[in-house]
Amino acid sequence: MQCEICKNKTATVHLTEIVDGHRTETHLCQACAQKEGVTIKSQLSLNELLSSLIAAHQQTGETPAQEKIGKVCSDCGMTMEEFRKQALLGCPDDYNVFESDLRDIIEKTQDNNTTHVGKVPSRTAKPVEQVQEQNQIEDLKRRLDQAVKVEDYELAAKLRDQLKALP
Amino acid sequence: MRLTDLSTKTSRWFDPNAPLSDIVISSRIRLARNLAGKKFITKCSISEKKEILQSLKEVILSLKSLGDIFFIDIEHGSTIERDLLIERQLISRNLASGSGPRGAVIAQNELFAAQINEEDHLRLSVLAPGLNVEKCWQRINEIDDSIGEKVEYAFSSKYGFLTACPTNLGTGIRVSVMMHLPALKMTDQLKKLFDAARDMNLTIRGLFGEGTEAIGDFFQISNQVTLGISETRIVEDFQTILIPKIVEYERIARDKLLVQEINLLDDKIARALALLKSAKLISSHEAMFLLSNLRMGINMGRVKEISIETINELFLLTQPAHLQMNKGQTLNPEQRDILRAETLRAKLN
Repeated sequence: MQCEICKNKTATVHLTEIVDGHRTETHLCQACAQKEGVTIKSQLSLNELLSSLIAAHQQTGETPAQEKIGKVCSDCGMTMEEFRKQALLGCPDDYNVFESDLRDIIEKTQDNNTTHVGKVPSRTAKPVEQVQEQNQIEDLKRRLDQAVKVEDYELAAKLRDQLKALP
Repeated sequence: MRLTDLSTKTSRWFDPNAPLSDIVISSRIRLARNLAGKKFITKCSISEKKEILQSLKEVILSLKSLGDIFFIDIEHGSTIERDLLIERQLISRNLASGSGPRGAVIAQNELFAAQINEEDHLRLSVLAPGLNVEKCWQRINEIDDSIGEKVEYAFSSKYGFLTACPTNLGTGIRVSVMMHLPALKMTDQLKKLFDAARDMNLTIRGLFGEGTEAIGDFFQISNQVTLGISETRIVEDFQTILIPKIVEYERIARDKLLVQEINLLDDKIARALALLKSAKLISSHEAMFLLSNLRMGINMGRVKEISIETINELFLLTQPAHLQMNKGQTLNPEQRDILRAETLRAKLN
């Protein structure tokens, strides 16, 4: 593929921008990309990726009202402000305290997954089977919500039947 | 156990008889765990960190199934000791450069390491030479079970194992496979691999060298997603689909080089060998680059007089902390370049 600007060199920088749901693709060579101010890194580290997601989340203005007055975890003193800077939480309870703020970030970094599937430690408050069953229900509910949102009623009906079939 | 005992020998994870070891150097699984009812590391006071370190250290040292293990105090260790452990992939840069009470329990055979007070309270890791992800999972799962019987982990039914960073949430598992891919590089196909990996939610990082720069065509491939997908599924994908596929591509590229670019290939290997055999000053960057080419030459049958064991050994012995530990003194960069060149000449001539 040729560079769209110089039409000479091979395009090695591929930029995909999604603005208001509209997708545009730009293909440039290294030199033209630099001239255009498109800097790239071959691999983003997870923490960098997370920080950029957190920043993006902040800019969308979807911040819930309570957060503006500054929610603070009573166990560890963590705030969302502080989390945005270092991308690390302060205690296990932060996942409850900041659940609404973290949900988006978790979905984005975890390929849209929201519920644990897999190993359950032997020392937990609830029996293993109960946890796994509960997670399955939560996962189905989430997918059902999503299916309704995108008006995929066929899938929604299927998921509803699966939910009904569970004990 | 002293660290100087480690610095003179090759790590077990460099085993030339392991499955697919000409291309897959080693497999590793890491689990991130935190203790229930305790703050994560960023919010812990020094005394809280001390308490966590003490309790986890005791639990792990008491596990009989781990065989010969020893504890290393990272807080009070020297820079060379920390660097040596990083070079041998036993601890992370993060643990080495952290602050406050922290340490690692390491197995004598170097196939198990537990880092305490890194980003999470506990980071367990199990290594195996070659493509052996399933074996790593069996082993680390047993160890994790034994520890989980003695301490209570921070766990929620919705989010699974709770970790300091949401990118590790859920299973807390990171499967990493270290691969040597010189032919994909020579045939200009790394970009394709990187793009495909990104689509499959995999991370690829250069192994040696700082940050993302890959010195000597060694790459570490790992999973990105830890929530909503089970450990066994990730392990199975790596063991049976992902890694065998990349191995196949590397083999095709090697065959292509043998047929179409034999002169270029032989020239590259011969130059690497000539430089390594006669240089008087050599940086770790250059040594790594040349050893990688030589390793490819041996594995492709183009060099017969040097064994793959020698190359694997040299990868470790020529690293900065190894050179200094074996010399018994701190060396400046020029002194290291001289000693590195001497070590290479002695082993290869």
